[in-house]
Amino acid sequence: MSSKSQDVETLLAQKYRHGFVTDIESDSLPPGLDEGVVAAISKKKREPQFLLDWRLKAFRHWLTMQEPTWAQVHYKPIDYQDISYYSAPRAPANAPKSLEEVDPKLLATYAKLGIPLHERARLAGVAVDAVFDSVSVATTFKEKLGKAGVIFCSFSDAVRDHPGLIERYLGSVVPPGDNFFAALNSAVFSDGSFVYVPAGVRCPMELSTYFRINAAKTGQFERTLIIAAEAASVSYLEGCTAPMRDENQLHAAVVELVALDNAQIKYSTVQNWYPGDENGLGGIFNFVTKRGECRGHNSKISWTQVETGSAITWKYPSCILKGDNSTGEFYSVAVANNYQQADTGTKMIHIGRNTKSTIVSKGISAGHAQNTYRGQVKVLPSAEGARNFTQCDSLLMGPDCEAHTFPYMEVRNPTATVEHEASTSKIGEDQLFYCLQRGISAEDAVNMIVSGFCKVVFKELPMEFAVEAQNLLSVSLEGAVG
Amino acid sequence: MLTITDLHARVAGKDILKGVNLAIRPGEIHAIMGPNGSGKSTLAQVLAGREDYEVTQGSVSFAGLDLLALPAEQRARAGLFLGFQYPVEIPGVNNVYLLKAALNAKRTAAGEPEVDAYEFLTLIRQKMKFMQMNESFLTRGVNEGFSGGEKKRNEVLQMLVLEPKLAILDETDSGLDIDALKVVSAGVNSLRHPERAVLLVTHYQRLLDYIVPDHVHVLSGGRIMRSGDKTLAHELERRGYDWVLESQVA
Repeated sequence: MSSKSQDVETLLAQKYRHGFVTDIESDSLPPGLDEGVVAAISKKKREPQFLLDWRLKAFRHWLTMQEPTWAQVHYKPIDYQDISYYSAPRAPANAPKSLEEVDPKLLATYAKLGIPLHERARLAGVAVDAVFDSVSVATTFKEKLGKAGVIFCSFSDAVRDHPGLIERYLGSVVPPGDNFFAALNSAVFSDGSFVYVPAGVRCPMELSTYFRINAAKTGQFERTLIIAAEAASVSYLEGCTAPMRDENQLHAAVVELVALDNAQIKYSTVQNWYPGDENGLGGIFNFVTKRGECRGHNSKISWTQVETGSAITWKYPSCILKGDNSTGEFYSVAVANNYQQADTGTKMIHIGRNTKSTIVSKGISAGHAQNTYRGQVKVLPSAEGARNFTQCDSLLMGPDCEAHTFPYMEVRNPTATVEHEASTSKIGEDQLFYCLQRGISAEDAVNMIVSGFCKVVFKELPMEFAVEAQNLLSVSLEGAVG
Repeated sequence: MLTITDLHARVAGKDILKGVNLAIRPGEIHAIMGPNGSGKSTLAQVLAGREDYEVTQGSVSFAGLDLLALPAEQRARAGLFLGFQYPVEIPGVNNVYLLKAALNAKRTAAGEPEVDAYEFLTLIRQKMKFMQMNESFLTRGVNEGFSGGEKKRNEVLQMLVLEPKLAILDETDSGLDIDALKVVSAGVNSLRHPERAVLLVTHYQRLLDYIVPDHVHVLSGGRIMRSGDKTLAHELERRGYDWVLESQVA
């Protein structure tokens, strides 16, 4: 161990030798991954020993694992030694200095989405320190939450201020060795969000990463942990409808949700990372592990996602329904245009008695995209009276895209009810012509038809999000028809 | 208002229209009748601008415009309306929303201001009442779960709201019971106006008892074989389409 900590010192020292001053905001580790790097990250973040041990265990496990190949996605092998696993979140050297330096296409998209002017700079990653109104907003916000006893902070702050909760819940839903990308994340995660809603508390507002100060850019290995104690409830919004400027190719996040007795967690995502250009060059690989556990009876976890970004999406927000009478829901819209590839879906694991799950998946493919729904419904022998309803629909736009559906079902209790409905339709020439004949432009017609197709999912989103998601959809599918 | 000259069209490599000539003046109602496969619906679709129909010869002028040069949505905005034989369902898209978008597209093209929600709702309630349509229609998706008769009523309702210069109604009478037929006919008749025209495409003379045409044409083999006044429809009913074909040969 002593030689290891020496490695850490060497690594850290090395950086300073390369001319980095002690300014914490500008340092980063050189590319490469070994135990020394893992330890260096932990040390930089001044983490307690248990967390370092946890990271190292995950790393050692990761070394024994193979990158999964079962998904319906194709990409060139990733060189994990060519990635820098720690870089300070703020002020990257090549960030634009002002809005004038930002890609005008990106700005045009913001305008279409109705993003307020002062927000556009922040989203585009402009390296100015004008924090607009958001600091004061965030402060009032924190006060209100504090009064209710809700903890909402960056993951790093939670490690410092609430190590007991972290030690107790971290990895309790997604174990460090769960899968290749989760193991990698567990070893090297940089930051993320932490939420704890104490027993009996209904979180007084929607929690959004938007309001979380000090962690505007959490980087590529994000870690989120949300705990709703007995009879608590919380709605959490992840992401932003605007495309985020990001140079990182690989994103491997982990999200864990824990709902105790009678607790409810609603987790909504709008993911709009850079999808690559029209020819399939560039774009984010979004390899995410999201899982919630209904640990207590009568608990409920609901996932709603609108996925329009990333070159490749590999993501299966899941529910483990352990508590009796617990409920899991998954509502998803996944859009893939140009050369995007999406392999997404959910897993519903029924363990407790009378557990219920609902899956509604809407996949839209355009251009040369590949869009796959992959879902598993598993009913264990203990899940007396379990019920599942699954509906997955695919909409194809144009002749060159593909949609795939892989539903897996495993029912080991004879009292369970499992229903599955699936459909694939082309965006009807008939529907399009009907709208055109009424004088509606092709673009408006496509937006209308697609929004109609997604309506059941959008109505699960918080109101203001739903409107933005709808705008986003039309931006994502621009030029897909006509 | 509409002048069709020597129109030839093909679909999927097959010639369907083989030289159609037809002139419709403002204020007139024309009926096109003919056996199955004679090209009636093709003519309607070609006029509306459906892309899979290829015009190989001929010209069409509509309200002073070269109709065939315009894309479908511009034809619609210029005042050409097609009542579909099989109105398509668009799940999740609200009926009223679509109709409001259609009306506003037309108004915008004409340089008029868009209708506001209140104004529009007042208008549509009034037209719905006329068409004897249920309130629930306001909240349903476009043709979603509608019966055949409801779909046809919906087509006529849209026509009444959009007030086209030329309405082409493709077999709007098919699948209607007698009560619905009366309502639909009343809708079409209410649109009669010296500045407007209607082209009815129908298989049966029954509709023409309620909407009395000024001219009746028999389309067969992609050509208009015979034209006449409303008595031609009665004669067809009595003697069948074969009579037209035979008399043509003779």
